[in-house]
Amino acid sequence: MDVGWWGVLIAVLGGAIRIGTPFLFVSLGECLTEKSGRINLGLEGTLVMGAMTGYAVSLHSGSPWLGVLCAGLAGMTLGALHSWLCSFKRVNDIAVGIAMMLFGTGLAFFLGKPYIQPSAPRLPSIDLGAWSDIPQLQAALQINALFLIGIVVAVVLAWMLKHTAWGLKVRVVGESADAARALGLPVHRIRILSTAQGGFLAGIGGSYLSLYYPFNWSEGLSSGQGLMAVALVIFARWHPIGCLWVSLLWGGAAALGPSLQSVGITGGYYIFNAIPYIMTLAVMIITCSPKRTLVGVPHDLTVSR
Amino acid sequence: MSKGIPHALNKVVEPFLIIVGSLSISMMLFGAFVAAAGANPFEVYQTMYRAAFGTSFSWQNTLIRAAPLMLTALCTALPGYLGLIIIGGEGAVVMGGLFAAIVALTMPNAPPMVVLTTMALAGMAAGAIWLAIGGALRHYRAVNETISSLLLNYIAIALLNHLVTSTFRDSESLNHPSTHHIGEANMIGLIPGTDLHWGLVFGIVACVLSWFLMHHTVFGFASQIAGGNVRAAQIAGLPVGRLILIVCCVAGAAGGLAGMVEVAAIHGRANDTLNANYGYAGILVAFVARNNPLAIIPVAVLLGGIRASSGLLQRAHELPDATVLVMQGIIFLVILFSETLYGRFSRMPKQGAV
Amino acid sequence: MSTSNKLTRRQLLTGTAAAGALGLWGGLPWPDRAWGADKVKMGFIFVGPRDDYGYNQAHFEGKSAVAKLDWVKAFDEEKVPETIEVQKTMESMVKLDGAQVLFPTSFGYFDPHILKVAPQFPNIQFLHCGGLYQEGKHPQNVGSYFGYIDESQYVAGIVAGGMSKSGKLGFVAAKPIPQVLRNINNYTLGARSIKPNTTVNVIFTGDWSLPVREAEATNSLVDQGIDVITCHVDSPKVVITTAEKRGIYCTGYHCNQSKLAPKGYLTGAEWNWAKVYMDYAELIRNRQPIPHLVRGGLKQGLVKVSEYHQIVPGAVRNQAEAAKAKFMSGSMVVYKGPIKDNTGRVVIAAGKEHVQTDIWLESMDWLVEGVVGSTKS
Repeated sequence: MDVGWWGVLIAVLGGAIRIGTPFLFVSLGECLTEKSGRINLGLEGTLVMGAMTGYAVSLHSGSPWLGVLCAGLAGMTLGALHSWLCSFKRVNDIAVGIAMMLFGTGLAFFLGKPYIQPSAPRLPSIDLGAWSDIPQLQAALQINALFLIGIVVAVVLAWMLKHTAWGLKVRVVGESADAARALGLPVHRIRILSTAQGGFLAGIGGSYLSLYYPFNWSEGLSSGQGLMAVALVIFARWHPIGCLWVSLLWGGAAALGPSLQSVGITGGYYIFNAIPYIMTLAVMIITCSPKRTLVGVPHDLTVSR
Repeated sequence: MSKGIPHALNKVVEPFLIIVGSLSISMMLFGAFVAAAGANPFEVYQTMYRAAFGTSFSWQNTLIRAAPLMLTALCTALPGYLGLIIIGGEGAVVMGGLFAAIVALTMPNAPPMVVLTTMALAGMAAGAIWLAIGGALRHYRAVNETISSLLLNYIAIALLNHLVTSTFRDSESLNHPSTHHIGEANMIGLIPGTDLHWGLVFGIVACVLSWFLMHHTVFGFASQIAGGNVRAAQIAGLPVGRLILIVCCVAGAAGGLAGMVEVAAIHGRANDTLNANYGYAGILVAFVARNNPLAIIPVAVLLGGIRASSGLLQRAHELPDATVLVMQGIIFLVILFSETLYGRFSRMPKQGAV
Repeated sequence: MSTSNKLTRRQLLTGTAAAGALGLWGGLPWPDRAWGADKVKMGFIFVGPRDDYGYNQAHFEGKSAVAKLDWVKAFDEEKVPETIEVQKTMESMVKLDGAQVLFPTSFGYFDPHILKVAPQFPNIQFLHCGGLYQEGKHPQNVGSYFGYIDESQYVAGIVAGGMSKSGKLGFVAAKPIPQVLRNINNYTLGARSIKPNTTVNVIFTGDWSLPVREAEATNSLVDQGIDVITCHVDSPKVVITTAEKRGIYCTGYHCNQSKLAPKGYLTGAEWNWAKVYMDYAELIRNRQPIPHLVRGGLKQGLVKVSEYHQIVPGAVRNQAEAAKAKFMSGSMVVYKGPIKDNTGRVVIAAGKEHVQTDIWLESMDWLVEGVVGSTKS
């Protein structure tokens, strides 16, 4: 069936989900971490480590879902290491993040050498487009359960942060460590737990890349998805549901470049492919103002000072 | 106090002990790592030493890799005095190299010294403007500078790729789209008697000048106050906005100069190889040097040495390329962690004296 | 670029190509150490990881083949960027490992890096993959080699065209540079040689390794109705597996990827670097002159065509085999006029032909009629 220009719309819709899902997981992970007052710039390393671990475990065990779980655990370990190091006095979380990025990617590349060649079992997909008789739309709506899980995590996280005692503790620690200490809250433990959970989510985001889309383990797999998490969270105003919308927007914007070429808009593809970055910067410039503080910002965060 | 180490000596001894200690610990950790991977750690270290510092060639190899890192580290270190965390060195390098090449091509008949000076100024201006965007957005729109500088890196790379494949492309650069060559006569030569280009001298001079600027001038003092407490600085009547812009410009100029050196000393053209991750490596150098421009020099040499040893490590021990990534990760994690130890050694003798 | 300019260059290049093919090493600069007692030391340099299921792996497989010879000591370094780092790697291989022959395998290593390092070591051979050597212009101890993999792409194009129901093929490419354009054009000409109405949709991703964008490009092309796809990126793995998932056919590139797409992998264009490196090794062992330029296609065994999938019917196979036979006999001329580009301009006039070795083809900056896409970025 010839869809012509509708193909761009379909690609953006499909791309929003396909490309957006890993962004959703890393940004949710970073969101939780930042809510507790820490910033983890090392999620790029966590993501790559998760991708490698997921692929390797799926290959050895034959179960891609076990791979996803192990990817999460690997990410959790890196997250815990990051936040443990940062819980010492004067250790800068951004600097440790960048070192963790090197460490995580280095470790993943080092251990991942034997897994570039073999083909691991892939995560299954769910056909949400069966109602349509347009094959292109069916393909775009063929999604992975991780996307749905990501939505659930976003909703649950939003609810927990707002309505549970645990969420309140995380937010208090993120607002002011001193106030939290005065209340007798274990600041370090809460931050370590939040960062570890954030790492868990980022690891899962990585396993989505290697086990579902684009479904491959190689050293060029990530193109900065983990690094971008930090930008997405600010874009999303530290709100989990916001992370969902922003990730979808990013995925769609990233799909725009190739799909325009497929219908014959061939010029300027370097610029088209930079749209997500330009868009994020533009939104930040428009919405920020020196006269007021952003809504939702955790005040103890290095970046919000 | 009599039992304690004199304070001045302590200021030297303490960092020395901490750095030697953290390097030893990271070497033990990395040794355990390669041993687990099946290599002999002692042989690995011997190889690394030989490849990085063992011969005069190795030294030059190390220094040539350290040179751009000294300049890009300043992109992060200088704004650090104002409390800004800018990670936009990559963009400054890319824009600096691109515009240095473009201006060189507009002056085909000028003498080489004029061309090179203009290139350096253009590269520094381009880098300065690019990095200052982040600083300006921070000050005037309260946009987080870490994120904006990161985004600007990606935008700079896209601009570079777009321009060298379209407007400024040399149609003869068939399989590797680039600008025209700036001309052999306009290339920066080598430091006499060595195989090193002048980029190394630029790097060292830039670090020393930056240190002088930040530690021995009124401007530097004002910047440190503004970095310590913006409100106090404003009450004292310091022009915080102008300080931010100037410091970011100086920092970006260093990055732009690194890009210009890449063009004028190595490639002769601007193309996608300008995006060689020197900017990102510089961030780490700056953090480990605790933003001190003088400390940047040895840290850059250390990182240059690690990178120089990667090749021989692959060839002699069949270890993958990622080995040195792991090593960098371990060393820098341990050094960053060691920050927490400062002050503990000096406090102990004082307590003893009470 | 003015026409006169281009002509001069063309004449110049054709002239040097002829000289290059004949140009042999004069007084051989091999070191006079006891031959046989010492192994020949060869250093290989790769721009990406050794095992990328693509470009670098193809070279690494070649290196592994020569490394098995008992009189060769081969070592390599991976992920060496096209900056001053590759200059230092070359120097280091010579100075610290005593390499006598270097194989820097990435295209971008040549200018300025090899050209800067080679003159410093006149006794060392620098053999570069890319075919850029020009007699008289480049140092005497430099040589280059390249395979006409576009011949395999032509054959793959015939199979793709023959298997396509929609008459629309897809091509995911990294950058619009001559090597890539030549593959796209050959693929298109191959397909159109049996089905003249076939079109090829091309998407340029902008860089050699961008897995997510390659997958996205593949999906967009499938949405536009293409039913066979191929690519020219460093690692074809993502394009091939995405095509398989979308249930369309694909043809491979660099290495054999049939394992990645058991249902849809029709055939593919593969390198055979082992042949090149073994030939060089043999010349070196016998201390014979090494030609400055080594080039060749299917006939010389430098490139291969993957085995056809069993679903490819006999008729299509025969057409592909017929073209392959013409390449093997040397009688095939792909660029025979009249040929128009996809903007309608006549690029090769009727009656004019450019044989495979014609250097003019290496400055290709146009897409043949039938390609949907543009070389402008």
